[in-house]
Amino acid sequence: MATARPGIITSLEMCGIVKRFPGVLANDGVDFDVRAGEVHALLGENGAGKSTLMKILYGLYQPDAGEILLNGRPLNIASPAQAIRLGIGMIHQHFMLIPPLTVAENVIIGLPSSRRIFVDTDRAARRISELADAYGLQVDPRAFVWQLAVGEQQRVEIIKALYRGADLLILDEPTAVLTPQEVDELFATLRQMKQNGHALIFITHKLHEVMAISDRVTVLRDGRVVGRVATQDTDEAALARMMVGRDVIRTWEKPAITPGQVLLSVEDLEAQSDKGTPALKRVSLEVREGEIVGIAGVSGNGQRELAEAITGLRPVTGGRVIIADRDVTNCSPAEVLAAGLSFIPEGRMTMGVIKEFSVWENAILETHAQPPLARGMFLDFKRIADHTRRLIGDYEVKTPSQETPVKNLSGGNIQKLILARELSRAPKVLVAAQPTRGVDVGATEYIHRRLIEQRSQGTATLLISEDLDEIMALSDRIAVMYEGQIMGVVRGDEASPEQLGLLMAGVRS
Amino acid sequence: MINELLKEGALILILASGVRLATPYLFAALGEMIGQRSGVLNLGVDGTMMLSAFTAFYVTFASGSLALGVLVGVLTGGLMGLIMAVVSVTMRAEQGISGIGLHLFGLGMSNLLFRLSLGAISTVEGFRPLSVPILSDLPVIGAVFFRHNVLVYLAFVLVPVAWVVLFRTPLGLKIRAVGENPQAADTLGVSVTGIRYLCVIIGGMMSGLAGTYLSIGLNNMYVDNITNGMGWIAVALVYFGRWHPWGVLAGSLLFSVVNALQIWVQVRGIAIPYEFAVMMPYVLTIVALAFAVRRAQQPAALSKPYERAEA
Repeated sequence: MATARPGIITSLEMCGIVKRFPGVLANDGVDFDVRAGEVHALLGENGAGKSTLMKILYGLYQPDAGEILLNGRPLNIASPAQAIRLGIGMIHQHFMLIPPLTVAENVIIGLPSSRRIFVDTDRAARRISELADAYGLQVDPRAFVWQLAVGEQQRVEIIKALYRGADLLILDEPTAVLTPQEVDELFATLRQMKQNGHALIFITHKLHEVMAISDRVTVLRDGRVVGRVATQDTDEAALARMMVGRDVIRTWEKPAITPGQVLLSVEDLEAQSDKGTPALKRVSLEVREGEIVGIAGVSGNGQRELAEAITGLRPVTGGRVIIADRDVTNCSPAEVLAAGLSFIPEGRMTMGVIKEFSVWENAILETHAQPPLARGMFLDFKRIADHTRRLIGDYEVKTPSQETPVKNLSGGNIQKLILARELSRAPKVLVAAQPTRGVDVGATEYIHRRLIEQRSQGTATLLISEDLDEIMALSDRIAVMYEGQIMGVVRGDEASPEQLGLLMAGVRS
Repeated sequence: MINELLKEGALILILASGVRLATPYLFAALGEMIGQRSGVLNLGVDGTMMLSAFTAFYVTFASGSLALGVLVGVLTGGLMGLIMAVVSVTMRAEQGISGIGLHLFGLGMSNLLFRLSLGAISTVEGFRPLSVPILSDLPVIGAVFFRHNVLVYLAFVLVPVAWVVLFRTPLGLKIRAVGENPQAADTLGVSVTGIRYLCVIIGGMMSGLAGTYLSIGLNNMYVDNITNGMGWIAVALVYFGRWHPWGVLAGSLLFSVVNALQIWVQVRGIAIPYEFAVMMPYVLTIVALAFAVRRAQQPAALSKPYERAEA
């Protein structure tokens, strides 16, 4: 605990940072710096090395080469505890909170108490309220974290860092789980912090956020810095080009299609969450032939339960699910698939594939027992190999071989393999949950193109996504879910982020 | 049978015996609870109790000092805890399996040492009951609670102590944080490894106390398999008590009073097959576990080794 605090952080530099993981060069000589009173955005695709760089700064990883200068003095950050003492705070992408504890308890974990061997939650609660007032971070210190909405949980994370006296704050994709309005509130807090002389590092892959909040931008690609500019001297298109290395298609031309008959119909659907609480409250919607219906909403408002209730993975406690005129309510997943459904689950590694299995084994998970892949009770390996080769080729899955375990592929390629498997069954109905989450821009583009092609072929698609941009780009109609209910349905070409954001927050317009 | 049971003397006898029998469960289950709160499932409780029961007994037998016996019994338990911590925290082994290994080690080791050193059943002068002034003269309550030996009192005092530590101190907050979300604790500068070592070693020491109580506090002798599965019941009591000191106390008392009752039934020669009487507490445990415990209540990181995710 002896490290003296070297005063307020005025500048921080990272020079020539190199970090290797087995088989990957995550950071390859990265330079980065931030000054008090500015927001420096760190932009890059998933896997570009942003998080690794920041985990080095926060003492979670040790760099293989390079140095860190704080206020011009070189130092070594050996642990998060030391980073905290130096005045560095980090808001992690996945919140580092402990749900059964209160807000105040979460804030003071690991800190010495003014009452020596006893905790002093009263004093902590007062200090939390002060910070909350100063920065517009309203939250009840005595509430349990599990009771809080996602936006409030994030405020707790920020308070945790401020409570520890953080001058420099690292925010790792802080907007991923927020509604547009919550993003605005977060940005107001960040501007306040900037004014008070905090140095802020804002990690993101969303271009409009970079333009909205940052003073400078550093772009990372494949572990290297590919550009650093003042935000006022650039625009979204230029940043996208830097981030991906080529021009990016950001809006889609959807061919005009008149939706046909109803292929997926959900009537007054009810289901329970894992905890046994009501997760779906009389949800009704229809998806027609040649139509993409988007389900928008903040994570945890029943989207996962909806997908699972439709696909037979979760018991339906009320209402009906009808696929192509067949009532499949509470049918087994196999029966639902047989009725003409394909499913891209949100848990890519847990539900989408068996990660220890090879590419070909994963490619035939659903069809292995039927001809032509099976001959009697045996697998027909020649046909399976042909089938897999065709899928790999058609869907541009990059894999060393068919025998490669799926866990060795990148997220984008695994998702393409799942897409190949699901779409090759010529589905009448497709339920796609978070199809591009954690996938690089190239693969995202590809997946979007395939979904639109599928629409042209007459598939009825239910697209569940927390990425509002994705929902707005692809959907013919958008339904917004909040606390297990559909708050409203909007036409895709008429929807605005503000309107959707209000519905996502439970405000009916 | 009911008439006999309702006589005051019989009831007091059963309850007092229940309090004595609850002692080893309390020590072991409170210790196991602390370990589990930090996220480590230690199934080596029974073996740890056996080994400590032996070492405490042997040292007392050889030296004549009960204090030395307790000290060695506790240290033995702490050492067993340390082994568990090295295997499950540092080496990140599957906790369920390593705990069973630890149990078997304790079982075999205590049998072996017993054969090598004593070879035959011997007895020692164990802890004597210590009546608490004034309180022990209270009707019923005095006889039930306040005429026991010092280890019994210690076990019951440890219940509120465990509660205060877990829920009113910064240390307890760290323990709970590590058991629920070690990653979050790590990012706040809490040493996950340090906290888990501490808790597992303390848990081992308390299992050691449980074993020590059996050999020099309750039976005043050492026999093979002295625990008779008590360590396993203690693990079940942690679940039954929902990882809460008061819950563990309630479970320990319920279980041991039923146990005392079945012993009384046997001693009185009441016409119930004795196998059935012996089964009673265990059946009760299974039934209670089936109804009392939901998975959602256990520490979220229980039995999950922690490693800072790389890449």
